[in-house]
Amino acid sequence: MRKILKPVEWIGIAIVSLIFLFPFVWMMLTSLKSIDETTVFPPKWIPSSIHWENFVQAWSSGPFLAYLINSIFVSLAILVLQFITAVPAAYAFARYRFKGYKILFGFTLIALMIPPQITFLPVFIQMSGWNLINTYIPLILPYAASAFGIFLLRQSFMQVPEEILEAARLDQASEWKIMWKIMVPMARPVLVTFGLFSFIYHWNDYFWPLVMTNQDVVRTLPVGIAALKASEGGVAWNIVMAGNMILVIPILIIFFFAQRQIIRAFVYSGVK
Amino acid sequence: MFFIYPIFYMFYLSFTSWDLVSPEKTFVGLENYKELIHSPDFLQTLSNTLFYTVLTVGISLVLSLFLALWLNRKGNRYRFLQGAIFSPHIISLVSISLLWMWMMDPQYGLLNWVLSLFGMPPSKWLADTSSAIYSLVLVSVWKILGYNTLIFIAGLQSIPKEVYEAAALDQTPWWRKLTRITIPMLSPTIFFLLIINTVNSFQVFDTVQIMTQGGPANSTNMLVFFIYQNGFDFFKIGYASAAGVILLLFVGIVTIFHFLFLAKKVHYR
Repeated sequence: MRKILKPVEWIGIAIVSLIFLFPFVWMMLTSLKSIDETTVFPPKWIPSSIHWENFVQAWSSGPFLAYLINSIFVSLAILVLQFITAVPAAYAFARYRFKGYKILFGFTLIALMIPPQITFLPVFIQMSGWNLINTYIPLILPYAASAFGIFLLRQSFMQVPEEILEAARLDQASEWKIMWKIMVPMARPVLVTFGLFSFIYHWNDYFWPLVMTNQDVVRTLPVGIAALKASEGGVAWNIVMAGNMILVIPILIIFFFAQRQIIRAFVYSGVK
Repeated sequence: MFFIYPIFYMFYLSFTSWDLVSPEKTFVGLENYKELIHSPDFLQTLSNTLFYTVLTVGISLVLSLFLALWLNRKGNRYRFLQGAIFSPHIISLVSISLLWMWMMDPQYGLLNWVLSLFGMPPSKWLADTSSAIYSLVLVSVWKILGYNTLIFIAGLQSIPKEVYEAAALDQTPWWRKLTRITIPMLSPTIFFLLIINTVNSFQVFDTVQIMTQGGPANSTNMLVFFIYQNGFDFFKIGYASAAGVILLLFVGIVTIFHFLFLAKKVHYR
């Protein structure tokens, strides 16, 4: 029985890794092909010569430098703001029972449940009423406070023993100092986890930047790359895949180095 | 607040008729809702969304449960596979949509080549009303399978080993262990994934917008894309808001279930 099972399992492993990894290999191979080689059937596997210029062409087909800078700026700005807002909020929710605690925490939970895909239209109208469309503000501000981050941090702050805090208070440390000097370092793994989660999410996000902007100056990479397909008429797959690589490679590099952390980040969000 | 206020505002807008440009919003009462209910396009969008959700959630839950049972082991190859099936989860849906569009190309696509290997006729994938929605389901199952599997693995690891040891003494067959022990013990995880996947599927947008634009013949139009189109392409703000309220209703119902369940879970501990 064991002898039959082994080969079966290896075949299973081969099939599953093929299904999940090969598409990315295929993207890479296609991005290096000439346009003629993408239009043969059955598909040609290995490009006969390597066409690096696909990347140049993808890059120069739009203001990609601006897209890239916007992507980095928006993702990092959101990350920083989320840290600044989540840490005090989580500390307050974890350690104090103040007036309105229940209502405020309830709001946080509701915010956790309501996806941006529902609220985008009214938020857009609000923003356009303030003449803020095509600025960074609608891209960043709605995400400045992360309900998920507050929730996650609160859980880890609650695990810090009260004695440590009392010792600090005896030494006359201010609450502010306790928060940044004791709580934050102790919650570092959770902060890293949350940081990865937030950065990847906003780096990849397509919906919000698409909806909140209509000019290239403030648009991010995903929007630019999706537009690449439209401008290439969906025919020049080698160029589109080259553009795709620009979007995917940073995340794949991060994933390669921090695979366990990232998986924890995303699974954490589920298991809580 | 970027969550609470917009929702009230959306309710208000759904009772008006407004094109985003004119200064006046006209109050029309329930007109938008009436129009929605009588619009065949909207009804089809609604049924597409439900069909897509049931199919995506159902298939991915069953597959990922089996994958989790298989991959819940120690060893490098299992760790490698866990990473492999998880990788689509961190890649932008834009990339995934474009990549699969290329693989689903009716003329030169990789998938038709795979079909030809098995002697099957080529499919038109996204270009045909009968196959387009299944193609979208395929892509989203591929994307979420790894996440679901890892959550299941986490759930499996919280089941006490003694239960299985007792079952092993009784020589319980594997399928009996699965239906009598594993699935009941996993029910909190199953329920959680059911809720999360359902709410996520309701909000499908990126794949629809990039891969099909709701077509062919409206066969893949889904709620969020419908709202987006009516709002930004046709400037029917009130109408789109009413559709948004309906989406909120769906998500709300599922979420309330979630909260009731969570409250219960806390209670039992």
